[in-house]
Amino acid sequence: MSLTSTDIRSGSHLRIGLSWLLRNHIWVFLALTVAVFSLASPYFLTANNIGNILTQGAFIGILAIGMTMVMIDGEIDLSVGATLALASALAIGLQTHIGIWPAVFVGLLSGAALGFLNGTLVALSGMHSFIVTLGGLIGIRGLVFVYTGENALMVPDFSYTEIPEIYLGPISMTAIIFFGLAFFFQWILSSTRHGRETYAVGDNIEAAHDAGINVKRHKIINFTLCGTLAAVCGILLSMRLGTAEPNAGRIWELWTIIAVVLGGTRLQGGFGSMWMTIGGVLTLAVLRNGLRLLNTPNYVELMVMGAVLILALVLDKLLKRQEAT
Amino acid sequence: MSQAILKVEGITKTFPGVKALDNVSFDIRPGEVHALVGENGAGKSTLMKTLAGLHRCDGGEIFYQGAPLSLSGPLDARRKGILLIHQELSLSPELSVAENIYLGAWQTNRFGMLKKRELRRNATTALEALGCGFGPDVRLGTLSVAMQQMVEIARAEAFSANVVIFDEPTASLTDSEKDQLFQTIRGLKARGVGIVYISHKMDEIFDITDRITVLRDGQVQGTVDTADTDLNQITRMMIGRTLDAYFVKAKAEFGDEVLRVEGLSKRGLFSDASFSVRQGEVLGLYGLVGAGRSELVETVFGVRRADAGRLFWKGREIDWPTPRQSIDMGMALVPESRKEQGLVLMMGGRENTSLPHLRRFSDLTVMNRAREMAVYEKYRSALSIKTTGPDQAVSQLSGGNQQKFVLAKWLCAEPGLIILDEPTRGIDVGSKSAIHELIADLAEQGLAVIVISSEMPEVLGVSHRVLAMSEGSIVAEFKGDAMTEEHLIDSVSHAREPVAAE
Repeated sequence: MSLTSTDIRSGSHLRIGLSWLLRNHIWVFLALTVAVFSLASPYFLTANNIGNILTQGAFIGILAIGMTMVMIDGEIDLSVGATLALASALAIGLQTHIGIWPAVFVGLLSGAALGFLNGTLVALSGMHSFIVTLGGLIGIRGLVFVYTGENALMVPDFSYTEIPEIYLGPISMTAIIFFGLAFFFQWILSSTRHGRETYAVGDNIEAAHDAGINVKRHKIINFTLCGTLAAVCGILLSMRLGTAEPNAGRIWELWTIIAVVLGGTRLQGGFGSMWMTIGGVLTLAVLRNGLRLLNTPNYVELMVMGAVLILALVLDKLLKRQEAT
Repeated sequence: MSQAILKVEGITKTFPGVKALDNVSFDIRPGEVHALVGENGAGKSTLMKTLAGLHRCDGGEIFYQGAPLSLSGPLDARRKGILLIHQELSLSPELSVAENIYLGAWQTNRFGMLKKRELRRNATTALEALGCGFGPDVRLGTLSVAMQQMVEIARAEAFSANVVIFDEPTASLTDSEKDQLFQTIRGLKARGVGIVYISHKMDEIFDITDRITVLRDGQVQGTVDTADTDLNQITRMMIGRTLDAYFVKAKAEFGDEVLRVEGLSKRGLFSDASFSVRQGEVLGLYGLVGAGRSELVETVFGVRRADAGRLFWKGREIDWPTPRQSIDMGMALVPESRKEQGLVLMMGGRENTSLPHLRRFSDLTVMNRAREMAVYEKYRSALSIKTTGPDQAVSQLSGGNQQKFVLAKWLCAEPGLIILDEPTRGIDVGSKSAIHELIADLAEQGLAVIVISSEMPEVLGVSHRVLAMSEGSIVAEFKGDAMTEEHLIDSVSHAREPVAAE
C-alpha cells in the first residue's frame, strides 16, 4: 500500500496504473489465459465461443456477486448452490399450478427467504456463517429432494426456455443480466451507504458497531441479497435447461468461492470489489472453456483449476508482501 | 569501565519513503540498564528489531562480544544470547510454561520427538532462578499478564542471554507487579546481563536505568548518564523543546449540565457510580487499569446495558440508549484501543471520518463525495493530520495521526459531550500536547469533555475536576487545589488495600 502513496507523490501515471494492476492482478491473469488459449486453439477466439464463455460464466458470476458482498462482510455463504436448486425447482414445479411468472416470483422469494434465514441465524446466534450455511447447504438440498421427489422436473410449456433467448450480437441475455447486476452492485459498494458499511463491518466490526452501524441488520441484508441472487441464477438456469434437477448447482458454491477469491477479494473481509470478482469469474470461465476446447479429460481439468487457484493465491500473497515493504 | 557487549556502529535502515534509522551508533555494557527513548516513529522499534534479528539493516555494523554479528532471524538471535521481550507477549496460551520458554527451540531426540523430561528440567531451573511462584507444567493461558512476562524473561535464563531488550514492559502491569519486574531486572543486571529498556514512562527510566540514549527521527541525539541528567534535558532532546508548555487547561467557564448519571451499576464491573458533567467542563476519570473506568463510560454510551441506575441528558431523564441513539443525541466516545474499536484500518482517512455519519453524507442512500471531502478536509487541517491523501489507508499512519482521525470522526458530529478514553496512550510527545490543546479548545467551545487516563500528570493537567475510581467504585472527587498526585494515589490505594488483604 505504501507503494501507492509514494507513487501518488511522484505523480507518475504509469506507476499509478501499475499499482492498480497490482491490486487487480486477476486481469493480468485473465489476459494471460486468453493469450495462451488463443494460441492453443483456433476455435477459442471466435465471437461465438466468447459468447459461450460469457453465458457459461454468468451463472457462477451471478452467485459470485452475492458471495462477494457476503465475503467483504467477512462472512461466507455455502448454501448458494442448494438455494439455486430450490428456486429452480419451485419456478418450474409451480408453473402448472399458478402460472409461469408467479412461479418465478415464488422461486425468487424462496431465495430471499433462505438468505434472510441464513443472515438472521448468523447475526443473532453469533455462530460462524461457515457452520450456519453448511447446515443450509445440506438442509436445503434435502428440501429440494423432498419437493422434487428425487426426479427432474420438466417445464410444461417449452416457450419458457425461450425467454432468455435474446442476444445482443453473440452476448446472451443471461450474460447481460450478469454484467448488469455486477455493475449495479459495484456501484452499491463504491457509492452508497450500504457499500461503505460493508467494508467497515468486514474490516473492523467493533469500529463499525461503535460508529452506530446496525451490524446485525447489515449482515442480514447482505445474506438476503446473496440468497436472492442465488435464486436469480437458479431461475435463469431453469430457463436455459427447461428442467429442474434436484442435483442442480451441486458444488457450485465452491466454484463461486474460487471465482471470488481468485479475483482477489479477501476471505477475512474488508477488501474486494466487483471488478475483481468479474475478473475472477471470467478467468474461471475461460479456463474451463479453453480446457474443454483442447479436449482435456475432466479430471485433468479439475487438477489444472486447483493448481491455478493455489497459484493465484500465492501471487496475491507475494504482491501483498511487496506492497507492505 | 567494562568493554561493551553489544556495539552498534552507524547502522541505517530504510523503508520506502522513510529513513527509519540513520547512522545510529550506541553500545550496551554488561551489567547496565540502557534506556532507549524517543517519540513514536523515532526508530526505537526498528532499532531493537534489528538487534533481535527481525530486520536486517541496510548499512553499518553490529558487533557482539567483539565480533561482527549477523543474524538469520529471531531464533538465531535468541540462541546467540540476544533476547527481545515484546510489549505484546509472543507466547502461545495453549502450551505449557516449559514449552513456551523453549518455543521454537525445542530439543528433540533422533526420532523428532520432544525431549520432554529435559525440557521440563531446564525450564524448572530457569523459573527457580527468577523466583517464579509457578511450575513448568502450568498452561500459559491460565497465568496473569505479569506471570506470562516472567515466562518470557525465563527465556533469558534458559538461553543464558547476554543482552535482554525490554519493550514497554510495564504497559499492562500493576504497581506491585512493576516492582517485581524491576527486581528481576536488577537481578539480571547483577549477573552481568546487558539490558536495553524501552519505555515512554520517564519515572521508570529514571528509576531503573544507568544510561539513556535518545533517538529522534532515526538519529541518535545523544547518550547521557541517567545520574547526570533530568527530565527536562531528556524531553528537550526528544522533541527539541521543554516540558513547560505541556499541559493546557481550558478556562473554567461552565454552562448547563449535559450529562448526569445516578447510581449506575453493572455486576462484576462497577457499582453505584454517580457523576455529572457540564458544558465547558473537563472531567477527569482516574484509575488503574481494571478499575472499571472504560466499562463505566461504555455503559453510559450504550455499548452494554447496566443493571441499575438512571441517566439524564441535558436535564431530562432518558432510557438506556443504543450507541446509535447516543451518537444521534450528541454523545461521542473515543475508545481506548484505536485498532480494535476506533478505526477501520484498510480504509482511508476520508472514509473513517465519515463512518459514523454516513446518513449525513448521503442523499437517500448514495454517498455524496464532495460533501464528505469538504468535511474531511476541514478536520484534517484543523487537527493538522499528516497523510499523503484522503485515501491513504490509516494503517500506514503513525499512532498520533491515527488518534487524530479517531477524534476527527467524532468531532464532525459536533457532539455536546465527548468522552476520551486514554486519548494519548502510545502516541508521541508532540502529538500528545496537540491533543491536550485540542481538549482545552473543545471545552472552551462549550463541549462537555470526560477524559479517562491512568497518567496522573495528564489527568490533573487537563481536567477541571477529577474522579478517582478503584475496584469499580468512584472513591473520591477532587477539584481546585485538592487536585494533587498525592491525593489521587492516596484515594486509589486506600480503597485497594482491604481487597489486596483478602
